Amino acid sequence: MHRTGELYGQFETMDQQRETASLGMWVFLVTEVLFFGGMFMTYTLNRSTYPDIFAEASRSIKLWLGAVNTVVLIGSSLTMAMAVWSAQVGKKQLVTIFLIATLTLGSVFLGIKAVEYHEKYVEHHIPGLNFSFEPDADIATNAHAQLFFSLYFAMTGLHALHMIVGAGLLLWLIRQSLRGRFTPEYNTPVELVGLYWHFVDIVWIFLFPLLYLIDRH
Amino acid sequence: MSSIPSSIGNELPQEHYLNAKYGIRSWLLTTDHKRIALLYLVSVTFFFFIGGAFATMIRIHLLTPNGYLVSPETYNKLFTMHGVAMIFFFLIPSIPAVLGNFLIPLMIGAKDLAFPKINLLSWYIYLIGGGFVLYSFSTGGLDTGWTFYTPLSSVYSNSAVTPAVIGIFINGFSSILTGLNFIVTIHTMRAPGMTWFRLPLFVWAHYATSIIFILGTPVIAITLLLAGLERMFHLGFFNPVLGGDPILFQHLFWFYSHPAVYIMILPAMGVISEIVPTFARKPIFGYTFIAGSSIAIAVIGFLVWAHHMFLTGQSAYAALAFSFLSFLVAIPSAVKVFNWTSTLYKGSISYDTPMLYALGFIGLFLIGGLTGLFLACLGLDIHIHDTYFVVAHFHYIMVGGAVMGYVGGLHFWWPKITGKLYPESLARIAAVTLFIGFNLTFFPQFILGYLGMPRRYHSYPPEFQVLNVMSTAGASILALGYLLPMIYLVWSMRYGRVAGRNPWPATGLEWQTDSPPMTENFDVTPEVTWEPYDFAHRPDLGLQVIGESSLAPSHGDD
Repeated sequence: MHRTGELYGQFETMDQQRETASLGMWVFLVTEVLFFGGMFMTYTLNRSTYPDIFAEASRSIKLWLGAVNTVVLIGSSLTMAMAVWSAQVGKKQLVTIFLIATLTLGSVFLGIKAVEYHEKYVEHHIPGLNFSFEPDADIATNAHAQLFFSLYFAMTGLHALHMIVGAGLLLWLIRQSLRGRFTPEYNTPVELVGLYWHFVDIVWIFLFPLLYLIDRH
Repeated sequence: MSSIPSSIGNELPQEHYLNAKYGIRSWLLTTDHKRIALLYLVSVTFFFFIGGAFATMIRIHLLTPNGYLVSPETYNKLFTMHGVAMIFFFLIPSIPAVLGNFLIPLMIGAKDLAFPKINLLSWYIYLIGGGFVLYSFSTGGLDTGWTFYTPLSSVYSNSAVTPAVIGIFINGFSSILTGLNFIVTIHTMRAPGMTWFRLPLFVWAHYATSIIFILGTPVIAITLLLAGLERMFHLGFFNPVLGGDPILFQHLFWFYSHPAVYIMILPAMGVISEIVPTFARKPIFGYTFIAGSSIAIAVIGFLVWAHHMFLTGQSAYAALAFSFLSFLVAIPSAVKVFNWTSTLYKGSISYDTPMLYALGFIGLFLIGGLTGLFLACLGLDIHIHDTYFVVAHFHYIMVGGAVMGYVGGLHFWWPKITGKLYPESLARIAAVTLFIGFNLTFFPQFILGYLGMPRRYHSYPPEFQVLNVMSTAGASILALGYLLPMIYLVWSMRYGRVAGRNPWPATGLEWQTDSPPMTENFDVTPEVTWEPYDFAHRPDLGLQVIGESSLAPSHGDD
């Protein structure tokens, strides 16, 4: 088995190994952009087709919960960046502390998201599960509102799934960090998970205005 | 580099990747790109024969105007499952995952791909995806067409759509990871001296293919995910009854699925670019243009998707733009064809089996490409849209192009993969059989389509019977053409003559190492000091100079 920080067989130098891993993550993130892109396209098209009902449906989700979550997630990106920096300058204890802070903030985000989902469940706003937008709404309004909520759950659900994967990666990093594995010479995993975490953050930066902010008033 | 003469050797190397380890575990847990390539070879061949079985039933059914073999519903399932098996589980992975996997590290002088474990993971993802699709096939089948158009696929179809959609969704990640692995490998794993413009054109073609893998595949993945959710939870993304937009599905679907055609043809073009200079014993004509045209095809290929949708009522201006852009793809494609042809000029040509496939490819791709221009014509497309003309056109590209390239490439690199030579005369007979069978199968379909026979119909007017019988007869010859290599290639693994390092001889790095190569590919990391395909300045190849610039193999032409 390989221990962390070793040179893998297919490489000639550590520099080559580092460069390869980093390029791999960037290419993966390009793929992810296109993955979310298909959904953003679907959302944008439907939003422009049914602007009024989408705005009305959008108003039924709580702005302040989304806003708090945005702050929480940007905060987690800050702590993640600090973890990467700490690893690069060799402050081993700080790495662990910042990784734990990132994981905590990420969990807070997911917790708030769960509260939001629960609210939607109570309001019968979950598509495919006894959906009813307003009791007296006509069939078309209901259908189009359901379209909004289908996209809301698909997009935030996929985002949350990425957060959960990120949390798993953070747990693994914390374990490694507690053993003092990350040094100024070897910190590629922290850096790469950092890239991934920032990407997931950026997706939310687009999701928040699209789902919560347009035509709020 | 190596000064060992390239004549045919007598013995296999003592230790190589095939006998380095034994046992089923050493195969299922291998991270050696060469072994993973063989795992893929077995799995894509399996799906090729499944797809082929469906095709056989289609052709038998169409022998008579009313078709007595299967019911209309079953017929719908047959052409759907033929398409799904062939496109997603054979054509897309075939050359990249088998030949690309095996050859890219060897060609650039690396020990393995950048991410060997991810490479193995790709194969397992492919198997899981394939498992779901086989489950769909065996529990009622699938009748939506391989295009999964909504709302047929998401609401109305009574067949096993959900497992198939899940299978193709999962399989997409296999493509993405393969593409990611190739791109990173080509960027960071090249041997000293292997500059970008010394890369074999096969590698350039795979770089272009990988761009499509990583940019296109995630879009089909998310699209099928939405369609699958729509079917499972009765949502309305693409269902007009619930306010969704079925045309959006088509846009998103073709945004991947048109570039996917280039996923199939670009690697085959890479194979041809290796074979043609080798058997003409001449540097390839216009190296940079062929390399650049691969990238151009990948890029322009992303901008033409709506030519599949000329009859959906899209804006006339959009149709105009997409028609123009579709014509534009013909330019880099023609650049390749002209350059291959120019490479032949004054070459010292020998008609070994791979060369027969390459020449066949050039002719068939030319016909497939030119008929593509017919379909890109807005006016003409209205007449031939959804007819057998389209079916013939894309089979000329996919079977005449991609499969010919794949089988030709398998022959070309078979001595490297197994260390053994296949029986040459039998292989030439098989290549000619394939060529004749292919043309007899699909050329009549151009005429059928032009006369108005629609695709996907289980019956047809009696006056079309002669052409349909011709097509079915051709298909049986074609089937023989595929069975022959299947048999003698397997036979040659045991009984074939020992090939030696460089039997053709060819100029690539992969021919500088043992056949079959050792697990680490090379004794020492090679250093490249020569230009690609430069036969004249490679005394190590053992070619004789005859006349001013012509070269001939020293062991003569058998």
